[in-house]
Amino acid sequence: MRGGKSDMYMRKTLIAALLLAGSAVAMAQESRFGEPATQADIDKRFWSVFPDGTNLPDGQGTAVAGAEIFELQCHACHKNPPDEASEFEPEDPADVLFGGHGTIGTDGALATVGSYWPYSTTVFNYVRRAMPYTSPMSLTNSEYYSITAYLLYKNDIIEEDTVLNKETLPGIKMPNSDGFINAYPEVPEKYRTK
Amino acid sequence: MGQKQNKTMIVDATDQAAGNGLMNRRFFLNSALATGAAVVGGSAALAQETTVGEGQEDWTLYPGDDAPEYGELSQFEVGRVKKFVAPPTGGRTASSAGRTPLHLLHGTITPSGLHFEVTHHGIPDVDPDKHQMVVHGMVKQPLKWGVEQLENYPTVTRQHFLECSGNGRVCWAQPKPDQNFMYMTHGLVSGSEWTGVPLSTLLDEAGVSKDAKWVIAEGGDSGSLSRSIPIDKAMNDSMVAIYQNGERLRPSQGYPMRILNPGFEGNTSVKWVRSLYVTDKPVMSRFETSKYTDKLHDGKSLQFSLEMDVKSVITRPSNAVALEKKGMYEITGLAWSGKGKIAKVEVSADGGKTWAEAAVEGPVQSIMLTRFRIPWMYEGRPAVLQSRATDEFGRVQPTRKALLAARGKQAYYHYHAIHSWSVNARGKIRHVYA
Repeated sequence: MRGGKSDMYMRKTLIAALLLAGSAVAMAQESRFGEPATQADIDKRFWSVFPDGTNLPDGQGTAVAGAEIFELQCHACHKNPPDEASEFEPEDPADVLFGGHGTIGTDGALATVGSYWPYSTTVFNYVRRAMPYTSPMSLTNSEYYSITAYLLYKNDIIEEDTVLNKETLPGIKMPNSDGFINAYPEVPEKYRTK
Repeated sequence: MGQKQNKTMIVDATDQAAGNGLMNRRFFLNSALATGAAVVGGSAALAQETTVGEGQEDWTLYPGDDAPEYGELSQFEVGRVKKFVAPPTGGRTASSAGRTPLHLLHGTITPSGLHFEVTHHGIPDVDPDKHQMVVHGMVKQPLKWGVEQLENYPTVTRQHFLECSGNGRVCWAQPKPDQNFMYMTHGLVSGSEWTGVPLSTLLDEAGVSKDAKWVIAEGGDSGSLSRSIPIDKAMNDSMVAIYQNGERLRPSQGYPMRILNPGFEGNTSVKWVRSLYVTDKPVMSRFETSKYTDKLHDGKSLQFSLEMDVKSVITRPSNAVALEKKGMYEITGLAWSGKGKIAKVEVSADGGKTWAEAAVEGPVQSIMLTRFRIPWMYEGRPAVLQSRATDEFGRVQPTRKALLAARGKQAYYHYHAIHSWSVNARGKIRHVYA
């Protein structure tokens, strides 16, 4: 008798527990609080352009127009090529834009847009979202194409009158485009410590 | 006056664990402590009575302040603890770094206000009511969330270190060892308890395509800093963090929401995150091409060197102190690995000739700072103190020589070699390459 009662109790408890567990699972599945994002929501926050040209905007520019914009918007912080001294020497070598060709792999490595950056689209991608430093996104897409053209021209990668736009930019091959080795998920054996 | 205790430490040669004074890690627990009886001064003659508080400090004699709404550091600590090594942004450099003063701290959790911070475009003052994060690209339904919506989800809380891959960069190429206190060589690593929503929860809700390989994260700072995160990481242990050490994120840590990629180089944990684009290729942003890539001796560079290495450092003693007396000191420090748990930390007092295993303070957590300690008898002999960490995957922290042999001197990022403190006969401590 006692055993029977106990069994019944256990069974009820078990059923209750299963019901509780079931509703917990159902609740977890219903944690859906995201709201549909509109194209406008996305456009405001999505600035990435890809090496294959994905998401490059309309507009176009050349180094000729870029030279003028560089003087007004960039020159205060960045030296002009080839060897002009600037009152401000960026302490971060990544901020040097011109020169350094052939230095990667030496003790005097100077990583610049011309000597190091592997993709032309990265130049446009970064400059448009982040520059000028004190007023990013303050220029037009055509002006950003022009600055990109100026940086590539002064690094001897394109001609002064080369027109950059969403069709032509992805096709510009950078000098160090083959300089990188993927280290994810593992650093290649050759560069691991013994 | 309180009782004065006279402790006598009995040192037995069999307690030695390695050369030059390193003791067995259990030494402090086992050692016999003989407590001498204290002598209490006899009562003075009751010549003339004065108030009993004579000689006490003011703070003992007068009531202090009421409890503040938000607690602050002692005024005597302010200014001692944090070191900024680049001018604040708003000037003309595009990066600033606030470093954690590891030599002044204990435990494994870094106070939020001392967590290291590296910003490339300054610290934005984000209004959480106007901040939303979108998930879009290769998903069934693009979605958006504000921090209030994220608050509704079941959260996860985990302790993890974050480390900038530039931590220790001065040790690669600089011919002379840096003699700043160790915030300069190691202060770009910190440990926190993070709370947030698993990124996989949000990606699943949007319905990620099976062909997706990367998630491109963009921040809401004035450079919209962006990094590509492998989808396997995003679906495994990444989170959208909204709390740090129990309170909402600090602005410098990504308020109101940031990505946290445990064990990955710090800047992939994009702060102020506002866009996650699901795709099949990396974006090749500036920060994963020209910036956080590691230049090798052969002219090539490592890219997507995302996972942090196994690493450790002795935080006490360090060059911030001098050993003024001979005696039994505790050597303590931190060890961490971007892959998992720390399995073992060894310490040497003779520049790596002999090693003794340090005690590791548990619970040892995966991808979190782990504190180690070992007793050391300093008898006025010159010493070179080093620590060497091993993680659960058998990765062993290399010597500087081995690291430079593998990658050259220009890598700039991912320095993780054994750090050496030399102690001379007068107790002066310096950073050396050994």
